[in-house]
Amino acid sequence: MTAIPVLSTEPEIQSARTFRHVLSVIVRDPLSLLSTIVIILFILIAIFAWQVAPYPLEGAGKTNVSHSMLPPSPGHPFGADRLGRDMLSRVIMGARPALIVPIGVVLFAVLIGAPLGAIAGYKGGWADETIMRITDLFLAFPSLLLAMAIASALGRGLQNAAIALVVSWWPWYTRLVRGVTISLRERYFIEAAQATGVRDSVIILRHILPNTISPILVQATVDLGLVILAMGGLAFLGLGTQPPSPDWGLMVSEGRDFILKQWWISTFPGLAIFIVVLAFNLLGDTLRDIFDPRQYR
Amino acid sequence: MLRKLEFVIRRLFTSVFVLIGVSLITFFLARVVPSNAAALYIGPKARPEDIERVRKQLGLDRPLPVQYAIYMADLLHGDLGASIGTKRPVLAEIIDRAPASLELLFIGMLFAILFGIPLGVLSARWQGKPPDVAVRGLSIVGVSMPAFYLGLLLQILFFRNLDWLPLAGRVSNDLRFTNPIAPLTNFLLFDSFVTQNWVAFKDVTYHLVLPALTLAAYPIGLIARMTRAAMLEVLEQDYIRTARAYGIKDVVITYLYALKNAFSPTLTVIGLTFAYALTGTFFVEIIFNWPGLGLFTVRSLLNLDYPAIMGMTLFGATAYVIINLIVDVLQAWIDPRISLK
Repeated sequence: MTAIPVLSTEPEIQSARTFRHVLSVIVRDPLSLLSTIVIILFILIAIFAWQVAPYPLEGAGKTNVSHSMLPPSPGHPFGADRLGRDMLSRVIMGARPALIVPIGVVLFAVLIGAPLGAIAGYKGGWADETIMRITDLFLAFPSLLLAMAIASALGRGLQNAAIALVVSWWPWYTRLVRGVTISLRERYFIEAAQATGVRDSVIILRHILPNTISPILVQATVDLGLVILAMGGLAFLGLGTQPPSPDWGLMVSEGRDFILKQWWISTFPGLAIFIVVLAFNLLGDTLRDIFDPRQYR
Repeated sequence: MLRKLEFVIRRLFTSVFVLIGVSLITFFLARVVPSNAAALYIGPKARPEDIERVRKQLGLDRPLPVQYAIYMADLLHGDLGASIGTKRPVLAEIIDRAPASLELLFIGMLFAILFGIPLGVLSARWQGKPPDVAVRGLSIVGVSMPAFYLGLLLQILFFRNLDWLPLAGRVSNDLRFTNPIAPLTNFLLFDSFVTQNWVAFKDVTYHLVLPALTLAAYPIGLIARMTRAAMLEVLEQDYIRTARAYGIKDVVITYLYALKNAFSPTLTVIGLTFAYALTGTFFVEIIFNWPGLGLFTVRSLLNLDYPAIMGMTLFGATAYVIINLIVDVLQAWIDPRISLK
């Protein structure tokens, strides 16, 4: 968001931005470093949730009614919810649907969107027209509204919510990759490949797509924040993870009726969403300053 | 001028095509994706013979193109089907509830523009200095905060802790008896204003602050960031330096000469945030128990009120297409370079 689309495209400079360069920029900027650490930490917590959570069974949904509405204390730093489940364990176990699933959603959106964008940008003509008009249709919906409609058509649940988000997110990558591809198409190495008779499919797979990775990575980082918010939103509305499974958005919704007295039930899961999204946004800002994929739009 | 007109007409045509496409997607979601669409249309407690009747009625036994033709014919007559929950036509439900949502949306976007643009300008003017750092921090918090969470936090702070603002609803309950608002348009601010019902006006305003602020947080962040970026770009240009050399006051340069040219990208973002705000109202309405479209939609989603869900999806997408059209036309009007593309 720091730069307005600029028309000059200098892909030579792009390729110089190696992984090591990115790493050195992130390490030098304290905020990006902190964000990266936070993200890695949360992902580790999500992966090892069963090992990390003090009461993994309660985290997964087992009730413990005698602890109902326990306020935060050293034994239960985040308190307990209405059914007496330790909120810290709930938040830790909830990291899986709230964080890992959105990562999968973005991954699938890229896997669907990027090849289509490369085909549209490389082939041009009717293939381009067809693919881009279809993406226009999907982009005509506010993403979350489309996801809500799809999720309800497929039926409630975590998996369907994830599918719904993939369906509403892939067109953004098609658009992005198409723009990058068009600027790549004119480059000598592509022309050279064409001249030596390399097949189109090989050119797209071997020469175009690898060169679109860095703008995709930047976009994906920013999008992860958005998808986590959307996923939390769907869960909050009751369209995502179903109780008693843990999920940050769902937990915020479960604690909503008690916020004036038992504020901790909604506060901590909500805080978790906020921190993770903030970390992705901060990191995305830094990456964008390095790569600036917007110049392709 | 002719070029602008041509641009507007061309843009209108694409919008019509996009709307047709949108209807195709909702048609697919409504009729093709569900394994038993008729059962969805009649609700969870249907008897087999009812399902059969609805299947005939919706034409689900006919070929898909025919079904689509019937679907479109119904749409063009404004027939979105009847809500399972309320048994009333979906369109009537939408029309009844739209004012509450629109009022919230307008005030929210007004907040977003009134806070977002000045914050962005301030940030650009003091680039790298404390005000800039503060605004950038605020805007990244704004875009990272889930609306459904921010709303709860604001309720805790302003209702429970400070007791400055009401918890939820559009208007106080007792107001219905003491100072009832004449139901002219159902835009309560407007209705109470024109009838000079100042007690009600104040009450409605108080009720609007928290929901509108919750809705505006994300747009404020986005608009401030985009305004800042656009301003920084403009402030570097030669004509600004010339104006400085002439000794024109900094304030005049920033707000008159620079902001004017930084406004076009800002407008794009304002259009984009409308999409957010459309779905944002859903969450805000739930949290603040706001009797608008969002509350209706979410209740429909949870009760599997399929006609209502699909009607709202179509309505929301149509509203979004129209907003985008308006933004594009406004932009062509402000920035003549756009219509040349």
